[in-house]
Amino acid sequence: MFSFLDGHTLPLIFAALMAISILAYVILDGYDLGVGMLMAHGDRAERDKMVATIGPFWDANETWLVLGIGLLLVAFPTAHGLVLQALYLPVAFMLLGLTLRGVAFEFRVKAQAQYQRWWDWAFIGGSTLSSLTQGYMLGLYIMGFKEGWATHAFALAAAAGLAAAYCFVGATWLIGKTDGALQHRAVGWSRWTLAATAISMVAVSLATPLVSARIFERWFAFPNIIGLLPIPLMTGALFLSLWVFLKRMPRTDHSLDFVPFMGAVSLFVLGFLGLAYSFYPYIVPEKLTIWQAASAPESLFIILMGALVVLPVIAAYTAFSYYVFRGKATELRYD
Amino acid sequence: MDPILLARIQFGANISFHILFPTITIALGWVLLFFKVAFNRTGNEKWMNAYRFWVKVFALSFALGVVSGITMSFQFGTNWPGFMERVGNIAGPLLAYEVLTAFFLEATFLGIMLFGFRKVPNWMHTLATFLVAFGTTMSAFWILVLNSWMHTPAGFELRDGVAFATDWWAIIFNPSMPYRLAHMLLASGLTCAFLIAGLSAFRWLRQDRGPDVMAALRTGVAIGAVLIPVQIFVGDLHGLNTLQHQPAKVAAMEGNWETKGHVPLLLFALPNEATRSNNFEIGIPGGASLILKHEFAGVVPGLNDFVAPDGTRLHPPVAPVFFAFRIMVGIGMLMLAVSWFAGWQLWRKGDIGVPLAWVLVGMTFAGWVATLSGWYVTEIGRQPWLVSGVLTTAQAASTVPGGMIAATLAMYLAIYAVLIAAYISVLFHLAGKGLKGVASPTGAGVAKGGAPVHPAGATAKGT
Repeated sequence: MFSFLDGHTLPLIFAALMAISILAYVILDGYDLGVGMLMAHGDRAERDKMVATIGPFWDANETWLVLGIGLLLVAFPTAHGLVLQALYLPVAFMLLGLTLRGVAFEFRVKAQAQYQRWWDWAFIGGSTLSSLTQGYMLGLYIMGFKEGWATHAFALAAAAGLAAAYCFVGATWLIGKTDGALQHRAVGWSRWTLAATAISMVAVSLATPLVSARIFERWFAFPNIIGLLPIPLMTGALFLSLWVFLKRMPRTDHSLDFVPFMGAVSLFVLGFLGLAYSFYPYIVPEKLTIWQAASAPESLFIILMGALVVLPVIAAYTAFSYYVFRGKATELRYD
Repeated sequence: MDPILLARIQFGANISFHILFPTITIALGWVLLFFKVAFNRTGNEKWMNAYRFWVKVFALSFALGVVSGITMSFQFGTNWPGFMERVGNIAGPLLAYEVLTAFFLEATFLGIMLFGFRKVPNWMHTLATFLVAFGTTMSAFWILVLNSWMHTPAGFELRDGVAFATDWWAIIFNPSMPYRLAHMLLASGLTCAFLIAGLSAFRWLRQDRGPDVMAALRTGVAIGAVLIPVQIFVGDLHGLNTLQHQPAKVAAMEGNWETKGHVPLLLFALPNEATRSNNFEIGIPGGASLILKHEFAGVVPGLNDFVAPDGTRLHPPVAPVFFAFRIMVGIGMLMLAVSWFAGWQLWRKGDIGVPLAWVLVGMTFAGWVATLSGWYVTEIGRQPWLVSGVLTTAQAASTVPGGMIAATLAMYLAIYAVLIAAYISVLFHLAGKGLKGVASPTGAGVAKGGAPVHPAGATAKGT
């Protein structure tokens, strides 16, 4: 009865699931890493409020990374080995950053008073290091892990770009979850990070087709270009409208406070779609397609059955958690 | 240095660091549920105060477990790419089920459990506590299924060296799984019991002897006293299961070189692989035969049976397995003595004395040492195999240059040393804050009116 779930469609489904997990991770942990980086600009009281906006969520947000990398591991084991060995050092530094950031959530309030400031800086430094290394890895991936200075220069630019994008989504999250002076500051942060994000997205969009003749062909061959035109057009329109909207923030009426965040999410989705279209059907650029890297169909099938049952449940209780902690963030307390 | 050895040390360091924290949280989740349910049923505030203190320890331990667990999900690929290429068809679904059925559950409901007490109805908060405890236990289930399968693989066939699943039931319920799972869950219970007893005894020594501290102390001691005999029994069963499926490991644990009867139970020895014999042997005659075969004449396998005709060693390195096993058993015996003595004192006098309190404080992390020793026995004991009889550790290793592994290893070791030191000092700091710490609005807290967190925390009791 499941005959259509064969060696052709199963890898496709898993590539889609993995893409969704990575996109969810980039948006969700993106906002809390962004808030972490922006904490550099706050005093202790503001930092407490900023942490309170992400405290109940960060753990589940980070689980999407485990799912994304887990799907790469279990569904495309060959690609997992190739990609992670190529990214050995940046992965190690990203893990260092995520470790520092994750434990600092706890230590910054539980440690002895004189060390709490150190953990604040571990939080900020860890968030920054994780974001930069993730961007750097994205850059190396786009360049197809080629050797040479151009790859590393591009990867450095991508690192700065992704960090800016995370700061932007983090700032829009803060606009939604805070009010008063902090919200006012968040609006300021969101404006300049929006500009930085726009510059990076344009740079990546221009560089990607130039790196690979195949990607150039996919985008600019006729008639593809007509069908694809809406992606850059919508992205451009979104940037402009976010810019205009943020000029009018903060508003006295708080009903539209989450609009910038939704706009940021849409930007991430569009950017991600563009990248996904560029690289499909490759999972390791120009080296391995998703079918060449896939596990045995029997194993994929048994994972898929579980995923189909469990993913809706995960979605439901994630939504429930966001509902419980809806609205403006309040002081985090255990009692 | 040999890149494979470096990769093993790196993965070993990371997985050793990681297991410290789930070992605490798996059982502590259920203890928190017990505190919460006890509060719901009796309305006695001491249970809720105990909950509030221990939920902070849980949050801290959980965060350390999460970050080190994420590191592990990457190190599968960076250190052992051959593992997933060869047995990924089996390991993959098991890991996927762990993420899907456990990680999201615990991570999502943790937020409600920690910070949702005022935001959801009480029953919902109790349910969240249950789901977090259930999630950590499910996580332990799936990862121990996979680990057990690596020791005693079943339910698969090899095609061109790649494992394909033939029977998922046999894979999940592989021969060593029930024993290993029970042994590990009990280890978690004991680690948690001695942590609770130790920190509570520390508070007791600081004159912080409120009903919540005494309730936690009694809970810790009771769990320890009840679980330790069960653990000794289950550990024995696990050993007999290992004898059946991995005799070379048992030979190394016993330090027995020749297959024969009347094998002594060695209390001490220095195994010497060069001469293939033991130096300075002190043993109880016939003890090992008696334990493993239930008769003095019982034949116990010897290490010399596991050497290839060309002299290649097919058994694990003897000394680490031999000593780790003795450390684990020694601590188990110490746990038995201390928890029963403390239980007897609490039962007879309703209180403990200063010397016993110091012993309990000294044993706060005894569970960590025993658990790590036990894992070293079983994992080093599986060498040279990564998956017994299917894949050797060397075959799974990556091509990452040794220098890179050494540099990142140094980085990981440094950060783990800092984090363990910070973790232990913060636990005692939280315990030392005593009653003031119990109801402080910390967490990632924002003090009311923008005041610094500490003064607010210090006055929050009774507000």
